[in-house]
Amino acid sequence: MESTILSEKHTGTSFFSRFRTWLGEAVPILVLIFWSIIALFPIYLILVNAFKERKSIFRLPFAIPSEETFSLVGFETVNARSSFDTYFLNSIIVTVFALALTLLFGTMASFALAQYKFKGSTIVSLVFSIGIMIPIRLATVGILRLMVNLKLTNTLWALIIVYIAQSLPMTIFILSSFMRQVPQELIHAARVDGASEYRIYWLVLPLIRPALGAIGIFTMIPIWNDLWWPLILAPSRDTATVTLGAQQFLGQYMTDWNAILASMTMSIVPVLIFYFIFSKQMIKSITSGALKS
Amino acid sequence: MKKHLGLFVVLMLLLFVLPVAAQEAGAKLVIESWRQDDINIWNDTIIPAFNEVHPEIEVIFQPTKQEDYNGQLNSRLAGGTAGDIVTCRPFDPSLKLFESGYLSVLNDLPGMEAFDSSSTVAWTTDDGASTYCVPLASVIHGFMYNKTAFEEKGWEVPVTKDEFFALLEAIKEDGEYIPLAMGTHDLWEAATMGWYNIGVQDYKGEEGRLALIDGTAKFTDAPYVQVYEELAKWAPYLPDGYQGVQYSDSQQLFTMGQAAIFQTGSWEISVFEPLIAGEFEMGAFRAPKDNADDACFISDHTDIGIGMNAATKYSEAARIFLEWVTTADFASIYANNMVGFYPLAKIDYSVENPVANEFLSWRNECGSSIRISASIIGRGEPGMDTDIWTTSANVINGTMTPEEAAAYVQDALDKWYTPAK
Amino acid sequence: MTGYFKSRKAFPWHIVVFLAPALIVYVVVMVIPLLDSLSLSFFTENPANVKENIFAGLSNYKYLFTDNYYAPIFWGALKHNIVFFLVHMLVQNPIGLLLAGILAKGGKLRTFFRTILFIPTILSFVLVAFVWKLILSPIWGVSKTILGLFSLEGLFQPWLGLESSALITCSLISVWQYIGTPMILFYTALIAIPDELLEAAKVDGANPWLIFWKIKFPLIVPTVGLVSMMTFVGNFNAFDLIYTMQGALAGPNFSTDIMGTLFYRTFFGQQQQMPNQTLGATIATMQFVIILIGVVIYMVWQKRTTVYEY
Repeated sequence: MESTILSEKHTGTSFFSRFRTWLGEAVPILVLIFWSIIALFPIYLILVNAFKERKSIFRLPFAIPSEETFSLVGFETVNARSSFDTYFLNSIIVTVFALALTLLFGTMASFALAQYKFKGSTIVSLVFSIGIMIPIRLATVGILRLMVNLKLTNTLWALIIVYIAQSLPMTIFILSSFMRQVPQELIHAARVDGASEYRIYWLVLPLIRPALGAIGIFTMIPIWNDLWWPLILAPSRDTATVTLGAQQFLGQYMTDWNAILASMTMSIVPVLIFYFIFSKQMIKSITSGALKS
Repeated sequence: MKKHLGLFVVLMLLLFVLPVAAQEAGAKLVIESWRQDDINIWNDTIIPAFNEVHPEIEVIFQPTKQEDYNGQLNSRLAGGTAGDIVTCRPFDPSLKLFESGYLSVLNDLPGMEAFDSSSTVAWTTDDGASTYCVPLASVIHGFMYNKTAFEEKGWEVPVTKDEFFALLEAIKEDGEYIPLAMGTHDLWEAATMGWYNIGVQDYKGEEGRLALIDGTAKFTDAPYVQVYEELAKWAPYLPDGYQGVQYSDSQQLFTMGQAAIFQTGSWEISVFEPLIAGEFEMGAFRAPKDNADDACFISDHTDIGIGMNAATKYSEAARIFLEWVTTADFASIYANNMVGFYPLAKIDYSVENPVANEFLSWRNECGSSIRISASIIGRGEPGMDTDIWTTSANVINGTMTPEEAAAYVQDALDKWYTPAK
Repeated sequence: MTGYFKSRKAFPWHIVVFLAPALIVYVVVMVIPLLDSLSLSFFTENPANVKENIFAGLSNYKYLFTDNYYAPIFWGALKHNIVFFLVHMLVQNPIGLLLAGILAKGGKLRTFFRTILFIPTILSFVLVAFVWKLILSPIWGVSKTILGLFSLEGLFQPWLGLESSALITCSLISVWQYIGTPMILFYTALIAIPDELLEAAKVDGANPWLIFWKIKFPLIVPTVGLVSMMTFVGNFNAFDLIYTMQGALAGPNFSTDIMGTLFYRTFFGQQQQMPNQTLGATIATMQFVIILIGVVIYMVWQKRTTVYEY
């Protein structure tokens, strides 16, 4: 490596060094383009085929719908046979509440665990980390009984509470390491100024914003896509989420690919829109992250 | 500081106090089922027909995806959130639910006398004392074929195994159609559509099934091994890459007219007709026999029953609904809407669909038997049905010999089962 | 200063306030039901009365490890799970790091790609399984056509249906879906590296490759550890993808069976197979123990590498 650099310098052709610079720019971009194609191709396949009639889905799976092959029959079936608007509303309510409360409870707990030395802090950390190690499905019957006792079955609250409990361990696990990185001088300074512990928590929050953005997305996705708890805790028609709706639709119309592709399209598009909005926020929070300075 | 404390208290209150209490109303029956395919028929036909007689009872059909049904239902029964009416799988899964106290005894339900013991046996305790589900329907196995293509090419419906394989060879030679639309990816397709479909002919129906139960025959005996041998011979006639072909792919291949024969059962008729949309005509034939004059046997499997959740709040209404299910009215609605599901009541009903009628006609000509793993010998860990799924797929994939497959199933059976002598 | 000392000496109510909400929700909804269920592994169903469980000591564990029918299935599932994990470690995380390294340079174009590359991670299993089965299907020829573009159609195999390739194929699909997670974590760590450190290196004339390995990589080692731990935990808890792709029996011939699918069909049953809750709880306890070992190793390592910070 060293010798080639030297030899270039000797020959002094600006062509080689320009070529190298260009290569250094182009290769990474080509890698990104390549992986983007891999990432997007399956989604492309669903979106284009959702708008085609059955036979051309199988005959010309890659083609963009043309005048002859265009068809909305799948969407008509979905609209006539399923109430996706209710499902969307349910999914949004559940996700937003669970996410907000997870972040609130998670930051509070990890702040306490990272900043204070107190008796039992190890045990509390340990208890929280158990949650990442056991498949929560094992507790299905116990959780269901609990929800029955609280009279919460077939309500969105049952889902929200379980999702908070399910997301907390990982959230606290990751946030604790970020909380530990918060400069201690800053906290000492605040204490010297007489700020209360709650005030200090409030001051620390903006410092870990980049982590919050990432955790927000990591927490949101499994909640939005979860199938298990809606099936167990809230399977009624009024409380079904989008994923449950799509899955039931899949079972019901296994052979009607038009309807399946249409229902999948309907369940991706809102997530994509949400993601694009949220992702902009995330970039902002990461780039303005205080930890960097 | 106070502000944040206050916020917290409010949030905790929101979490635990807000719960919406379930509204108690008139009788409202929720039906648990794995038959998602049937949701439209229930909503558009069966429930309205019931409400004509009993407008005061609201009925909601709430199916779960079939693969998830057993697990979901168990959890919901244990947690007390299951529906009032429970669709019963045949034999052991429902027996276990009954023994756990989740299903009510229906011995005294008016209308139960419409059923023979041959159909109630699927939902009766081993000692015959308690019946806990109303038999709903059975399904019959067989082969469907593209009648239009057969007529065009001059192919004949096979009766013997030799004819069957000659036909497969001819279709392959011709090249326009895939001879058999089947794949092994989903495993159960190889077992349910393959093994159970043709096996009943080889081991002579009830005779072979009961011989395994009383211990006079073993799975490693010729009639049972023969089933695997026959399955292994199917491989060259399946679609390319059949190891990766799923059941839904097979369905598409047949209904789009790309495959000539589909090994299946009567339940497929109502699914296929709208997909084929009149582009060709379907026909059906029975599992091929060794010799043309052998007696014939069919797999006529009691597949669906319907029972009552012992914990229901509306037991009166539930019994009224179940009583209605035993009537001839219901049988007729069911048979003609769920084409290919044959009601089990000993009452006269007519089936209008010609293909469904073809399947039904075999009941008069042939010996009927249920699936071999359904009763008694299907228990154990993880059970004969699961073993037959895996071994059938393995044999067709060529990763296991027929003898190894049979030995595997027999070993698993020996581990826990001692026939009563 | 006096206030500070006072609050140190008085009962630390603020700690209780900070911890209470998370702890209450978590213990009531998760820990108690979980421990309750795990204890099932020491019981077995009473043959005389199925409603009742009787204490059985370690007999479920003995059955799981030594039964000539069940033990091969259990060890097989464990082995497959290790392969599943290794594929993620060897493919997902290096590619995630590579992509993050490229993205960390910043700029509008890269931000755009960052958004695109994360998209598979937001999709549901229902959709991922459906679309990949469609792509890999021997019937509909999507993969065959793509391979044909490079004149490689002869290479096509029904990968999901062959014992030799099904597990690797499923692992790679999981990698495809989840690559966004390590990518974002590495990305966050990389952009947090102070510019001054990099400027100094640039002035010294180090090339980008050297800068990455000598300066950036050592700084993100804590994140590498975190990502490895998350991959380990996620993989040994995995279930949904295999279940939606290959079914509860994880065919062909159990070749894609991992701990999660084995637990599911044992605990909940499937089709004619009876649920066996006590044996299912035993499998879940094994999952717990394996993951616990991994997490303990991670924690020890983390303590040793981060101690100098204080």
